[in-house]
Amino acid sequence: MADTDIPDDLRYTREDEWTRVDGNRVTVGITDYAQQQLGDIVFVELPEVGKSLEQGDPFGVIESVKAVSDLYAPVSGEVVEVNDSLGESPEVVNADCYGDGWMVVIQVADASALDDLIDPVAYAQHVKERAE
Amino acid sequence: MSELRRTPLHASHQRLGARLVEFAGYAMPVQYTSIVEEHRAVRERAGLFDVSHMGQIHLIGPGAVASTERLVTCPVASLGEGRVRYGCLCNEAGGVVDDVTVHRVSAEELFLCVNAANREKDVAWIEAHAGPEARVEDRSDATALIALQGPASEALLSRVCETPLASLRRFRFVDGKVAGVPTRIARTGYTGSDGFELYAPADRAEALWDGLLEGGEAGAPVPAGLGARDTLRLEAALPLYGHELDDDTSPLEARLDRFVKLDAGGFIGAEAIAKRRAAGHPRLLAGFVLEERGVARAGYEIAAQGEGVGVVTSGAPSPTLGKSIGLGYVPPRRAEPGTALEVRIRGRGVKARVVDTPFVRSSG
Repeated sequence: MADTDIPDDLRYTREDEWTRVDGNRVTVGITDYAQQQLGDIVFVELPEVGKSLEQGDPFGVIESVKAVSDLYAPVSGEVVEVNDSLGESPEVVNADCYGDGWMVVIQVADASALDDLIDPVAYAQHVKERAE
Repeated sequence: MSELRRTPLHASHQRLGARLVEFAGYAMPVQYTSIVEEHRAVRERAGLFDVSHMGQIHLIGPGAVASTERLVTCPVASLGEGRVRYGCLCNEAGGVVDDVTVHRVSAEELFLCVNAANREKDVAWIEAHAGPEARVEDRSDATALIALQGPASEALLSRVCETPLASLRRFRFVDGKVAGVPTRIARTGYTGSDGFELYAPADRAEALWDGLLEGGEAGAPVPAGLGARDTLRLEAALPLYGHELDDDTSPLEARLDRFVKLDAGGFIGAEAIAKRRAAGHPRLLAGFVLEERGVARAGYEIAAQGEGVGVVTSGAPSPTLGKSIGLGYVPPRRAEPGTALEVRIRGRGVKARVVDTPFVRSSG
C-alpha cells in the first residue's frame, strides 16, 4: 500500500471524507486513501446548490472504472457551493483530492454537528486498521 | 486473502505493489498503478498480464481430435498443428458451458485454454463426454500463463526469444524458449491488440515474467491487471463468461456465429442451437455507447421509450474512446446499430445508442 496523505489541518469521517471548516461553511471532499482505493475516477454526481442534507445522507455518487460509491454528508446543513468542474474532469479528484478535487460546501446551522468528525490521528488509525 | 489460491507469480505482484482482489477463487492483481494507464500502455505499446489462473485441459490419444470435435462449436479436424481456434463448449440445450481456445498440438493431442471459474466444471464435462480413446489431463496447476499484449509485443518478445516471431501469425503457436524458459508461444490474446500468450512451467514463471519485464530500458512492458484486461476486452467486444455467456445462453445469441460450425453439426448442443435459431432468438447481444455522462454497469436495466427491454452484461468507460460503452441483451429489433436505448442508472434513463462492434478496432 502506498502512503496516504492525511493533512493535519482537516477533519475526517470514517467514510473517508475530509472537511475544512471555515466558520459555518464546511468544504467536503474525499481523502487520498479513498481516491487510491477507488482508482481512476470517471464520474462524479453531486447535488444541486440549495439542497438540504442530514448528516449521514448520501448526497452524491463517485464512480471509478471498477466501482460505484456513495458520498455521505459529513454534517447536516445546506449545500451552498458545488464543484461543477468535476462533471467535465472527474480525474481531478485523483490528482488533487484536497484541493481542486473538492466536492461541495455545506453551510451548517449548528456548529455542534462538527463534533462527530474525527481528527487526523484518529483517521490515520482508521486507515491503518483497514489496510491490515 | 489467505484462503485464496495464488498464481506462481504472487510474490512478484506483491513486490510490484499490485492491488490484489479475489477472482475465480484466486488472489489476482486488479491493477498495479492505474487501470486507465495500464489500458493505454497496452493500446500504445505493451502490457504484461499474469493469467495463470486460467486452465489448460489436454486431450491426448487416438480419439483426441474426434472427442474435441464433439465438444466444441468450432471445427477441429481441419485445425492444423500449431493452430488455434476459438469456440464454445455447449450443453445439450445449446447453452454455453465455457468459451475456450482450442490448440492443436499434434495428431493426437489438443489442449483447451479455459476460464478459471469454469475449470472444474469443464474438466467434469469433458471427462463425461470425451470418447474412450482420449485421455483428459488438467495441467492448469503446472502451467503458468503470461500474456504480453500491445503493438510493441513482437519487438519486446524478440529481445528475449530466439524463435522468429514475425512469421508467427495470429492464432498460431510454436514451442520455443523465452528468457531461457521453455515456453509455448501463441499469437493470441484477449485485448483486441496484437500480442502473445506464453505458456510455461509454473515453477519457471518468475524467470519468464522477470525476463519479459526487463525487456530493455527503452520501454519495458507495463505490468497490467485484470481491471485493464476487462476494459480492453470490452473495447474489443470480446465476451466474458458469466457476463455475456452462461449455461443458458446460446452462442448465437451472443453473436458468436462465426465460431459455430452449425452447418456441419456434430457437436453437443448443435441441434438445440439450430432449433433455437429457427424459433427466433428472444434476445441478442448488442454493443452500445452512452450519449450522456455515466457508467452503464452489469445488471443495469436497458429501456426503450421508457419500457424495460433488456439488461447490461458489461459496461465501462472506454479509455480509448473517452465515453462509456457496454454490452447487453435486448430483443432482436432493438439490437440494430443506430437504435436509441436508455440505460437506467440510479433511476434515471441515460441515453444510449446501439453501435457496431468492436468498439475499438486495433491496427496493431
